[in-house]
Amino acid sequence: MGKLISGAEIVFKVLEHHKVEHIFGYPGGAVLPIYDELKNHKTIKHILARHEQGAGHAAEGYARSSGKPGVLLVTSGPGATNAVTALTDAYMDSVPLVCISGQVPTHLIGTDAFQECDTTGITRPCTKHNWLVKDVNDLAKIMDLAFEVATTGRPGPVLVDIPKDIQFKKTNFILKSSNKKKLNGKSSPNGKISSSDLDNVINLMKKSSKPIFYTGGGVINSGPDASKSLRELVSLTGFPITSTLQGLGAYPGDDPLFLGMLGMHGTYEANNSMYSCDLMINIGARFDDRITGKVDEFSPKSKKIHVDIDPSSIGKNIKVDLAVVSDVGSFLKALNKRIKDKHKDFLNSNKQNISKWWKDIDKWRQKKSLSFKNSKEVIKPQYAVQRLYELSKNQDTYITTEVGQHQMWAAQHYKFNKPNRWMTSGGLGTMGYGLPAAVGVQIAHPDKLVIDIAGEASVLMTMQEMSTAVQYKLPIKIFILNNQYMGMVRQWQELLHEKNYSESYTEALPDFVKLAEAYGCVGIQATKPEELDEKINEMINTKEPVIFDCRVDPAENCFPMIPSGKPHNQMLLGPEDEKEEVSDEGKTLV
Amino acid sequence: MAKSKSAYSEPGKLGKPEHHIIVVWVDNEAGVLARVVGLFSGRGYNIESLAVAEVDRKKHISRITIVTSGSPSVIEQIKLQLKKLIPVHKVADFKRNDPNILFKELALFKVVSSKKNREKAQKACKKYNSFVLDKSKNSFVIQVTALRREIDKLIETLSPLGLVSTSRTGAVAMTRGSEIFK
Repeated sequence: MGKLISGAEIVFKVLEHHKVEHIFGYPGGAVLPIYDELKNHKTIKHILARHEQGAGHAAEGYARSSGKPGVLLVTSGPGATNAVTALTDAYMDSVPLVCISGQVPTHLIGTDAFQECDTTGITRPCTKHNWLVKDVNDLAKIMDLAFEVATTGRPGPVLVDIPKDIQFKKTNFILKSSNKKKLNGKSSPNGKISSSDLDNVINLMKKSSKPIFYTGGGVINSGPDASKSLRELVSLTGFPITSTLQGLGAYPGDDPLFLGMLGMHGTYEANNSMYSCDLMINIGARFDDRITGKVDEFSPKSKKIHVDIDPSSIGKNIKVDLAVVSDVGSFLKALNKRIKDKHKDFLNSNKQNISKWWKDIDKWRQKKSLSFKNSKEVIKPQYAVQRLYELSKNQDTYITTEVGQHQMWAAQHYKFNKPNRWMTSGGLGTMGYGLPAAVGVQIAHPDKLVIDIAGEASVLMTMQEMSTAVQYKLPIKIFILNNQYMGMVRQWQELLHEKNYSESYTEALPDFVKLAEAYGCVGIQATKPEELDEKINEMINTKEPVIFDCRVDPAENCFPMIPSGKPHNQMLLGPEDEKEEVSDEGKTLV
Repeated sequence: MAKSKSAYSEPGKLGKPEHHIIVVWVDNEAGVLARVVGLFSGRGYNIESLAVAEVDRKKHISRITIVTSGSPSVIEQIKLQLKKLIPVHKVADFKRNDPNILFKELALFKVVSSKKNREKAQKACKKYNSFVLDKSKNSFVIQVTALRREIDKLIETLSPLGLVSTSRTGAVAMTRGSEIFK
């Protein structure tokens, strides 16, 4: 008979088994036995956040930039409820997280004990699955299963709620490697991709004269090889490609076949191509409402192929003609092989077929929908992102964002060439995501440049995590496009609510430079376009965390945009465009 | 152009709602019913009735029968979303008017009235496999098994005859013939 070990030790044994190196968390009464055990496990480093939401977003940033699951450790009651935003965020954006929460001792459950809440009840709708461990003999199995559920199929968050007495209780530690219950068939879609599916896809591709690839976060989640295969597929076909917000980086942002991001603030060429195409090949995207707009008028003339690992994503919002339930990486690999084996000359024989289509696209491109009127007096936020890109593109840079106008400008003007370099809250749209996410990214990639492109309103929601960055000497750069407004709220109020800027202006903002100094990091401020480059370089060259207060034009709006309720071919290109007229004059592409 | 006041798109055309019976086989573990019911309420699906009990004591499998209504695409989503839940083994879906499906509800009625009215009430229940479970000098409790709409109708009939209490289950369903759903 083996040595008896405690529940707390079992938690670490399973973490070690899954090669976890970092956990993000915050201690409290109901998890103290687990925190006590931490000292005995040198390969696991705990990162102390300043708020459980921050710990959660940090774990997300860690997971999304490294491809490994993020691990989060919180206490019962408020510890768990504070983590709910991060869990929901991870659920919406398919980020693998394992959240371990402490719970009051089993005999007190249901008595409204101190720091008790119904954690599994509260987190049931925002996790893939959760468990309340009532018997220490189940703990190892459940912990192991938690990793399995979080990382397989469409990834997502899970939660294991462990009462304090279970953390103390001792038992034999048995972790069978064949312990894996098949999850009732959910861990992976039945692996094989039928050659008839592949041939159907290729046939549709051959018949099409207006094809487009529409790719999403699924390509990133499938791993770096999927991005490689995607690049190969695009070069084998010569088809245009657009990407969702979450898919940026799967295909090089500066490639001529790439039409830019699509959707509400996507490019004119991407959205018009989606509207006019005759074949849409959706790879790992989910027809989100920011993409489709009005569903009845979404891409009315196209045949649609949808490849997704999650069967419930197919046909949920948009009916498709050909559905393939598969990991996108395996699908892309199989499709490329099929094309190379059976249709060697696809690219050349098909060139004529789509040449007119490319001419249409070039016409749309000439609208230069991302252009804006630059200024010599004030910093335009788009200009700031462009300069940031130009000055940081020579190194392997990781970008996180908050949520709002700055997020869209970052998506439009920062070009990504590799997957896992872009961490943004797309599904839930969580203001305050970017700063703690940058903490997690920097933990995973200590020597890389990590920048949070932020708005001043968002970043104040989780500003306390600067203290975490300073503690662990994480040189994250918080690049705030400070317009003193909740910019996207202000924009909607201007366009749709008769300029009634109800509560979207922040009358009292902190002095961000002094705030940086108070946290023990470096503050930089830029107010004029001509000083921007020098200040950005100063930021990049600083070896400590930096808060960069970039004062930008407070009235700038984010264009192009699809006004609500409109189909993709009716975009607003700029402020002059509100009368349905397309005027290019006075705009310059910087 | 007429301006929409929302950052969200307008609703598209809705499909015609259909009544369906969804049968779900689940691991009988803590919270499983909450997961299933929470999925329905969280995503705005309907539950008209629900019946659940363990059907395999060895494997701890419960069978949940849910009567719901929704457009064909909503019904499809319900099935796909249910199948994603970890404790769910399999999901079957039948149209309510499918002739190959048997389904039944059970109801208990308590009738307190004169002898004459009680006799009338008993007669009304007769064709629905009725059993009198309890009798006193001015009341009885009767059990019937029938379709939902038949029970609805029976309640109307019994009301003037002294119906004082009604208790009914959700529908349970099974296919006809020797086939079973895999």
